[in-house]
Amino acid sequence: MHRYALAYLVVAVALAFFLFPIVWMFGMAVKQPAEYFSTPPVWLPRAPDLSHFRQLVLNRSINSLVNSLVIAGGATLLALLVGCPAAYSMARFNTGGRNFAFWVLSQRMLPPIAIVFPVFLLFRIIGWVDTYQGLTLLYAAFNAPYVIWMMRGYFRDIPVEVEESALVDGASTLRVFWSISLPLAAAGLIATGVFTFIFSWNEFLFAVVLTRARVVTVPVAMSGYFGSQSTFWGEAGALSLLASAPVFVLSLLVQRYLTRGLTLGAVK
Amino acid sequence: MNGSRLSKYAMVAPAVVLIVSLTIFPVLYLLWISLLDWDLQRAGRAFVGLANYAGALQDRRMWEALAHTLLIMVVAVTAELVLGLVLAEVLAGPLPGKRVVIPLLILPVIMSPIVAGYGWRMLWDTQYGPINQLLGWLLGRPLTLVWLINSKTVYFSLIVTEVWQWTPFMFLALLAGLVAISPEIHEAAAIDGAGRWQRFWQITLPLVRPLMLVALLIRALDVFKIFDTVFSLTFGGPGTFTETITLYVYLLGFRNFRLGYTAAMAVLVLALVSLATTVLLRRFSDE
Repeated sequence: MHRYALAYLVVAVALAFFLFPIVWMFGMAVKQPAEYFSTPPVWLPRAPDLSHFRQLVLNRSINSLVNSLVIAGGATLLALLVGCPAAYSMARFNTGGRNFAFWVLSQRMLPPIAIVFPVFLLFRIIGWVDTYQGLTLLYAAFNAPYVIWMMRGYFRDIPVEVEESALVDGASTLRVFWSISLPLAAAGLIATGVFTFIFSWNEFLFAVVLTRARVVTVPVAMSGYFGSQSTFWGEAGALSLLASAPVFVLSLLVQRYLTRGLTLGAVK
Repeated sequence: MNGSRLSKYAMVAPAVVLIVSLTIFPVLYLLWISLLDWDLQRAGRAFVGLANYAGALQDRRMWEALAHTLLIMVVAVTAELVLGLVLAEVLAGPLPGKRVVIPLLILPVIMSPIVAGYGWRMLWDTQYGPINQLLGWLLGRPLTLVWLINSKTVYFSLIVTEVWQWTPFMFLALLAGLVAISPEIHEAAAIDGAGRWQRFWQITLPLVRPLMLVALLIRALDVFKIFDTVFSLTFGGPGTFTETITLYVYLLGFRNFRLGYTAAMAVLVLALVSLATTVLLRRFSDE
């Protein structure tokens, strides 16, 4: 047993450090104002209830969850839709060569502030500020390079022989892509989709610039609870829980692909 | 394998159209604006050539924001590397229960940085936060540090928050590297009389080095663009003491509406990041 003692000590400290803030934040959701505005702080809520969640429904913050779902979901679908064929073409036919692949990856690294500033001015002209299509399309465009880069890797993992035998049988390129390669890359596809969704769901800078009232997303709604004077910690806690729970569950689903997805495929 | 010319380009086209219209085109527009004297508080937008760039390069606040950003970047990424490496080393072995521990340790990375930032803002709170309370217990006297406003503690708070959120990323990447090292190499070295430290420095580190560099570069590039954490914790304060480059450009553009000047500064940021990106891309082996 004692040969693991030091390791378990490190693990215990790490778990405390990484989980305590999350537990504290979520705990806010069920504490009463008298409890979270008290010195010293109250650690365990005495009478936990759901009043802060009810408040989120009453003040319509809950709408931000729907907005985030629509925008992040739509952006994910669109990014996959345009990204997968491109990735396939690049993986199998080396379309555009190495330089094109790296150009795509470099798009992913662009500083968001340099994109959102001109995009805001352009959207103002065409009336797309505070619209679903505006933010959805921008997220799709910003994440498409990620989808292409990742899916290119997943398609390359499929042995070419599998596809060649289908081609010999006379199937067209599109047909092979759709009914053979895409199903074979399904796990990678789902993982990539989940990451794209999480990135869009969590994104703040684009959202705070491009939304006003109608299509406010969860991160922007969260910032609304921290004005210079007002502090609605209970509501903020409740919203942080609703914002995090879905992505936590999603991350568990793609556990096996987490490292590859987060390191842009540097780790297989 | 050879696809028909048409279909192979047709498959790439929609993605290219999307990326070009929403990133390349805006960047070209940005370049154009950066050459104009365009201020929403004044009429007209005259072409002024590179005047905005000349102004930006003499902008003290921009250089300070850059320095703040680099400070956070260097300290936070170093801390993330060291902590991530320790955790990876501990959890790379056959530790019972690690399959439960690892997904839990990853959670901060999955969280929205802005949500995490506001959560930490409540933790750092002077009066109602648990951090002062916990440290007070340890020290045996009440602690009333104003973490996010005091200039002596504000960077510490920012960096701890950043390190909290992203150490798991470093851990995950390094863990993959450590697990890939075949145990036989370690066994052989142990038989030859190499101690634990020696094996760590002479075997583990050189073998994970390429992966470590990629992870470091990804992180460094990300921290360079840091916005959410600073926005939620300090909003650049006290004063402009923790203002980062992205936050400064944001304030210039969306609070002061100096469009031409903002655009020039955004182009400078873009140029810097692109330069760093090429370094990163060289590290990505293509096969």
